[in-house]
Amino acid sequence: MQFLKFIQQPWHWSVSGLLIGLTVPVLLLLGNKAFGISSSLRHICAACFPADISFFKYDWKKEAWNLFFVAGILLGGFIAGHYLQDGNDIQVAAATQARLATYGVHDYSALLPPEIFSWSNVFTWKGLVFFVIGGLLVGFGTRYAGGCTSGHSIMGLSNLQWPSLVATCCFMAGGFFSANLLIPYLFKWLN
Amino acid sequence: MKNIRYLVAGTFFGIVLVKAQVISWFRIQEMFQLTSFHMYGVIGTAVVTGIISLQLIKRFKIKTIQGEPISVAPKTFNKGQIFGGLLFGVGWAITGACPGPLFAQIGTGFTVVGVTLLSAIAGTWIYGALKPKLPH
Repeated sequence: MQFLKFIQQPWHWSVSGLLIGLTVPVLLLLGNKAFGISSSLRHICAACFPADISFFKYDWKKEAWNLFFVAGILLGGFIAGHYLQDGNDIQVAAATQARLATYGVHDYSALLPPEIFSWSNVFTWKGLVFFVIGGLLVGFGTRYAGGCTSGHSIMGLSNLQWPSLVATCCFMAGGFFSANLLIPYLFKWLN
Repeated sequence: MKNIRYLVAGTFFGIVLVKAQVISWFRIQEMFQLTSFHMYGVIGTAVVTGIISLQLIKRFKIKTIQGEPISVAPKTFNKGQIFGGLLFGVGWAITGACPGPLFAQIGTGFTVVGVTLLSAIAGTWIYGALKPKLPH
């Protein structure tokens, strides 16, 4: 099982980036589909709770490929998470580790810190901030922006669309503000 | 079922997201704290690969596997890309995920991220309900 051992190591950024970028032509070749994931959230709304809102009144079944694609991501996450990991701690930059320690985050055994991402936090202030408010911002923000990292930053930039460059710069600006000013403050309040 | 191919493509993409570690909350903190090149390398390589692929498809008028022409709709600008983009950025750093990685995080076993996903669906719904009142 040399091959399995080989792919169980963390992948180099160039290999990962190449494979993510190839998703763009693969979806076009499979059926002229534009790479974009946040649309799936809109289709779920249209399918389950359209509530007579015009934004959700369209034939979502025509876009069902997108729902199959995200179901695949879930399945791929399961396969990679359960069979393709080498069991070592994730290697995080020392400066970030020092900063996360002040947040009370010390466990690097998985891709996400269990100090935050565990069921016991759901009905706490931490859960409200990291799951509910964070999720609302992701869903509201991506739809308002008309796309997310996949639709704008990868598909849009690949197609040299300047509105996607504006969106990407705003994603990054929001993230820099959040990670450097907001999150430290949130942890001070939550811990 | 003609959609099964997208399930397969999604599965490969999900595996790549996990192995690239771009679904990791830690990698997102590093990216925004400017302490690691990893995320910039991944996204940069992906964009360059995408640009080259699209140029080849356009230059050689490559068709889909069913022989249909390939066309990509242009993006039109509105103020949502600024306001929505900033809000999403704030949420990206908090959750450590954009929409795709939410599905992958759940798959790896962090089932609690299902709460985040439901909140993201609710956020999308709220946008739909408020859309006529928001600046665009």
